[in-house]
Amino acid sequence: MIKRLIIFCIILIPTNVFALIEVDITRGNMNPLPLAVSPLSIDENSRKSFEKILKKENIGSEISIIVENNLRSSGIFEPLSKDAFLQAPDIANLKPRFEDWNLIKAQALITGKVSYVSERLRVEFRLWDILAGREIMALAFTTVPSNWRRVGHIISDKIYERLTGEKGYFDTRIIYVAEEGPKTQRKKKLAIMDQDGANNKFLTLGNELVLTPRFNPTSQMVTYLSYFKNLPRVYLLDIETGTQEVVGDFPGMTFAPRFSPDGKKIIMSFAKDGKSDIYTMDLENRIVERITNHPSIDTSPSYSPNGKFIAFNSDRSGYQQIYIMKNDGSEIKRISFGNGIYGTPVWSPRGDLIAFTKLHNGKFYIGVMRTDGTGERLLTENYYQEAPSWSPNGRVLIFYRETKTNAKGEGFSAKLWSIDLTGYNERLVATPTDASDPSWSSLLGN
Amino acid sequence: MILSKIFKNTLLLLAACLVLSACATKKEVTTAIDIQGQMQSDVYTGTDTVEYLADGVPDRVFFATNESVLTTASRETLRAQAAWLRKNSSINIVLEGHADERGTREYNLALGERRANAAKDYLMTYGISSDRISVLSYGKERPVDGGSSPLAWSKNRRSVTVKAN
Repeated sequence: MIKRLIIFCIILIPTNVFALIEVDITRGNMNPLPLAVSPLSIDENSRKSFEKILKKENIGSEISIIVENNLRSSGIFEPLSKDAFLQAPDIANLKPRFEDWNLIKAQALITGKVSYVSERLRVEFRLWDILAGREIMALAFTTVPSNWRRVGHIISDKIYERLTGEKGYFDTRIIYVAEEGPKTQRKKKLAIMDQDGANNKFLTLGNELVLTPRFNPTSQMVTYLSYFKNLPRVYLLDIETGTQEVVGDFPGMTFAPRFSPDGKKIIMSFAKDGKSDIYTMDLENRIVERITNHPSIDTSPSYSPNGKFIAFNSDRSGYQQIYIMKNDGSEIKRISFGNGIYGTPVWSPRGDLIAFTKLHNGKFYIGVMRTDGTGERLLTENYYQEAPSWSPNGRVLIFYRETKTNAKGEGFSAKLWSIDLTGYNERLVATPTDASDPSWSSLLGN
Repeated sequence: MILSKIFKNTLLLLAACLVLSACATKKEVTTAIDIQGQMQSDVYTGTDTVEYLADGVPDRVFFATNESVLTTASRETLRAQAAWLRKNSSINIVLEGHADERGTREYNLALGERRANAAKDYLMTYGISSDRISVLSYGKERPVDGGSSPLAWSKNRRSVTVKAN
């Protein structure tokens, strides 16, 4: 359920002042920027009101913990321990003593205030440049109290954007496949959660096998593969209403679905008589168009962000390689030429890179290359991993990794991981159950 | 000069011997696996996982890595299935195609479909109508052996003939 709750956002002070702090996110996390996230201050009446409504003792601290965790997980910020903070949250929000914060080596400070205003949650926050000794950003949000986690994510995005010059990716969700049971009889369900693992929810019951869910551009719809009635077909799910419908009801298996960047079409593979080709279906008029026609396996299609090109993998050369073509199927061009086999190409939201899975010498890699195939960079190597999905700002990839089992077939697990485009900051993305096939939403917006 | 040439030739010969003996050792290793009766050039030849549609009619055939080509043994199995299906003309079947875990999920779905279709095509050349056969690919989703070894993978690269009614 994506809550499209309106969050009123007010810019408190025009903030086009030049700041000394600058974070270069292209160089990896070698020197994360130390900053201090002061707990958001809260008056006693507001604290009590929110405690009653949200069952959280101090919602101010809870929101600041969300901000702190988000910034830490990005790998480019290093939130300092609160034990070292000298100034009380309410006073710091009015006017920080920059010398004190400088003393603990903080280069930036985040302060704020939470209040209960006519049954709504009002959160104000300020970002301070410690070295320059001034405020560089101040915003206030008003929303329903249950929206408090999203407020934490939106604040994180604003800070990330102010300090790096690029959009954030914290107010987002991940749709994935939750897995349980023995490896030979896995039970799989669609699941959705916030980017930080909170608000996990299962969307299907696990009665039939489901695979490869992917968001549409507005993150309200999901296309995926379901084995409902033992007929593997592409489905469409409306997350808000829970409505499911089959869209790839062809006389054979349809699979590997993804939305076009305008959300109007689904591109997918259709397998029949031992060959798999790529098709599109217009969701409005249900017109089906064939894009490739070759005796080989053509699958895992992914549009470029402008919709003009399609990347896919094909074994027409004898084994799996990555190709690109125009969106009408013309001008097919192979782009992967390194050692090994290449699959699951996914076009970056910035349009300049293609993320992929590579298998070489018994190892699986997640990597990126330019759209002409040059500049291949392998980010991570493991026994088994695949299916990268981009964060909406194109800075982070999420994928899944499976472990090797022992001789008895024990010790199997599947988990979500993320890694920066730089190859640094590899992190386990915690999920309540085993997990695979992650897909990152766009920024949910406010 | 001549001496150095002889020396060079001896070196080459030595190198050749080394390469040959290396090959010989490698071959022995593969043979050792074959002796266990489990695999032959990447294709599972054992009977651990095999079930029977009827006496002498195995239910499944196995494939080499990334391949959908039927081996001699597979063709023999499918001929037995065809004969049994001709005798039992009311029975319809589902060919369930599978891949091992060493490939990307979507490609494996397509590969499972291709393997099941290889079996279907062969059954059809032995007189079984396509109306009686449906194909279902599971990709790597339903391994029969959960192990992470070449032997486990070889058992999982399969097309299984299942009675539909």
